[in-house]
Order: sequence, then C-alpha cells, then structure tokens
Amino acid sequence: MREKKRYMVLSFHSTTEAMSFEKQCMDNQIPGRLIPIPREITAGCGLAWRIPAGEYPLCQQKIRDLQMRYQAVTELLL
Amino acid sequence: MIYLDSSATSFLKPPQVAEAVCRAFLTVGNAGRGAHAATLGASRMIFDTREKLARLFHIKDPARICLTSNATESLNIAIHGLIGAGDHVITTACEHNSVLRPLYVKEREGAGLSILPADEKGRILYEKMEAYRRPDTKAVVITHASNLTGNVTDLSRVAAFTRKYGLLLILDASQTAGSVSIDVEAMGIDVLCFTGHKGLLGPQGTGGIYVREGIEVSPLKVGGSGVHSFDKVHPADMPTALEAGTLNGHGIAGLNAALDFLEETGIGAIHAKEDALARSFAEGVSKIPQVVLYGDMEAELRAPIVSLNIGGMDSATVSDILWEDYEICVRAGAHCAPLMHQALGTVEQGAVRFSFSYFNTEEDVAAAIDAVRKIAEE
Repeated sequence: MREKKRYMVLSFHSTTEAMSFEKQCMDNQIPGRLIPIPREITAGCGLAWRIPAGEYPLCQQKIRDLQMRYQAVTELLL
Repeated sequence: MIYLDSSATSFLKPPQVAEAVCRAFLTVGNAGRGAHAATLGASRMIFDTREKLARLFHIKDPARICLTSNATESLNIAIHGLIGAGDHVITTACEHNSVLRPLYVKEREGAGLSILPADEKGRILYEKMEAYRRPDTKAVVITHASNLTGNVTDLSRVAAFTRKYGLLLILDASQTAGSVSIDVEAMGIDVLCFTGHKGLLGPQGTGGIYVREGIEVSPLKVGGSGVHSFDKVHPADMPTALEAGTLNGHGIAGLNAALDFLEETGIGAIHAKEDALARSFAEGVSKIPQVVLYGDMEAELRAPIVSLNIGGMDSATVSDILWEDYEICVRAGAHCAPLMHQALGTVEQGAVRFSFSYFNTEEDVAAAIDAVRKIAEE
C-alpha cells in the first residue's frame, strides 16, 4: 500500500488563481505541485497546491511576502 | 490574391498562429477539468494568454479577463449583464450591430436608449453627451473605432464625461485591439470587449471581455465550470463567473502565439505601418475624380480602414469587379453599421471598404489604387 505523508494543501477560488500560484511558486523556488483537490476540502476550485508539511513553514513566509492569493490551507495525510 | 479585408478578419497572420493551433490539437486537454498533464497544459496556456492580454491592455489582474468566442459575445455579456430595465444608456450612430442589437433588446425590455448622432464625415457629436444624460443613465457603450469609416473615438472626452457622472464606460475594441494602443487604466475603460481574430491576429472563435474590479456582471450563460459541481448556482469568482462551458483551448493557443508576435513587434510599429498603408491608399484614390471617400481622413489617429464609392456604382458591383478582375478582397454593403450609413447617406449604395494589415505591402496599395482607377474609367 502507498505510504501516506503529511502535506499542507492550499485551495483556490478559481483555476486562474491556481495557475497564478503555480507560476509564482516556480519563479520563487517554492516546492510542491498541483493536485486534484482532495475530497476532505469542500471549498475551492478543482485544483490544490500540495507542499510537504515539513517544508511549509519556510514557504509560508514567502507566500505571505509575495502576497500570493489562495483560498484556504489545510493539513492532510495524503 | 491581395487581401484588403482585415477589418472582417485577419486572413494574413504570422505562421506561428496556425502552428500553435495544430500543436494544441495534439497536446492540450480541457482547461480547469482535472490535474493531469494534458488539462494542466491547457490551464497553463490559457493563464499565460490572460497574462499576455493583461500586459497588452495594461490590466493589473489577469483574472479580470474572461475569454469568449468573439466581441459580439463579449458585448452581449456586458450589455445584458449590466443594463437593467430601469437603466438608460448612451451609445452612438457609429456602432456595429453587435452593440446596437443587444441595446435594442434592452430597450424593448424597458431600458432607455439615446444615440449620439454623427456628422457627414462620421464624426460623433460629443457635445450632445451632456444633453442626453439623464438621472437614470448608467453607461456609455461606444466603439473605439468605426468599422466603416475608421474614425477613432475621442476616448479622453468620453471618459471625462463618464468619470464626471460615475457612469460605466463599455468599449467595443473590435477594430482597434492589436492595432491601436489601449490602456484601460489611463483611458478610463470599465469594460473592454474585444475579438481575437482581427487586430490580435488570432483564430476565429476567440475573444474576451475585461471587467474592472468592483463591477459585477450577471452571466449571460451558466453551466459547467469544472468546480463547485454540487452548487446550484454558477461560481461568482472571476473569470469563472463569465466562462461557463469548455473554453476554445485550441483557438486560444493560436491567440497566445499571436500575442507573442504583437508583443515582439510592438503595437506602435504595427499601427505605424497599417496607418501608412491606409493613408497612402486614401491619398492615391482621392485623386480619382469619381471617388468619394468616407470618414475623417484628416484625423491624426485613425484605424486602417478606407471606405469609398465610385460615382453611383453599387458597392457590391465594385467589390465583385475587384475580386473577379483584380483578385483584390474587400467588403461591400452595409458592414452591420446601419446608423453610420444613414449618417453618411450611403444606405442605398453601401460602401466599398478597404482595410489594411501589418502584412500588406506598398505593392498591394499600388495595385488597389490602380484597380479603382481602371474601374472608375470604365
């Protein structure tokens, strides 16, 4: 069975917001990737950005500094 | 063949547009419908297109740009989504039916409509704007350039009026996007409607609408959004709010490539070349005694359009001779601009419209002048 890991999952209001977020992550060396939104998250568009939980504290500051837009962040075992 | 009908559509395009469409056919999925490589590829490409459009029109937030199938759809979204039965709208005699017909629908539903007249050169009588304003006036819906005369609207004057009274400025940029500079912030444009297949040099079936932040437009259509599937209402977030249904990803890929060309070439350079070709043609045909030119040919800023008639000849006959005998493509008739023809006195005769592209040459212009001269001498 695939081993589950902890991730911080960021949801978005729209696909456009998700695309903008992804681009800014690429430009600013923020780790993670786009995934289909897990069923635990009821808000947001069909995409979410997944960051390994251990790497999130460093990313959080960058996301805040760059005023990157997203809807909500949830910690999940995926 | 000499193509001088670019106001109808940009038949002459950079080759990378068609290449991008073909590539998209083989590579992109449905944007916003999943997270596998094909759908993400489509989503990324469409987002990139929004960013390029935002740069072109000086729009701060690309999410305020919704992609549509053409300017007519964008204008219908704007007019039906912003104008209610109790509102009054000011428009002009220079408008295309894509503005007039939706406004006539609103008028039948109870909205007020005032139409600013134009003089015999097709120039809008701006001084009447103040007199036409009413307490319930909500918007000015206006073309950036007439598709018949090529006259460019004095937007600074219109925007001063809309700003003074807190009215919405809804602009039809069908004839200017891609060939005349547009800055939505500096020009006071609240809603910008554009097509992708004319000056933007993209494929047919592409276009868009920009809506300034703070303005909410009721959607013309609702349905599939790829998100919030269990909600009974369509999502209100832009751009999803005005983009129900699958977007034309293949067409948008072509538009994306066309925007690269526009960015690399520069709108200033494109306008300068098109303007020079149009003025050179106008100067040449103006020396032919039977030719009547329409529009304000002395204006400093013009769209690259020259409309004319030869004596009393039917415009359809002239355009047919131009094609049959000279292989020159032009547009005859009414050009979906009934009020403009009334102002010019050409309802019966129509007019022959020559419209120029960045890809036309001085040789094209010389051949067209020569053809008009020979037809006039027949």
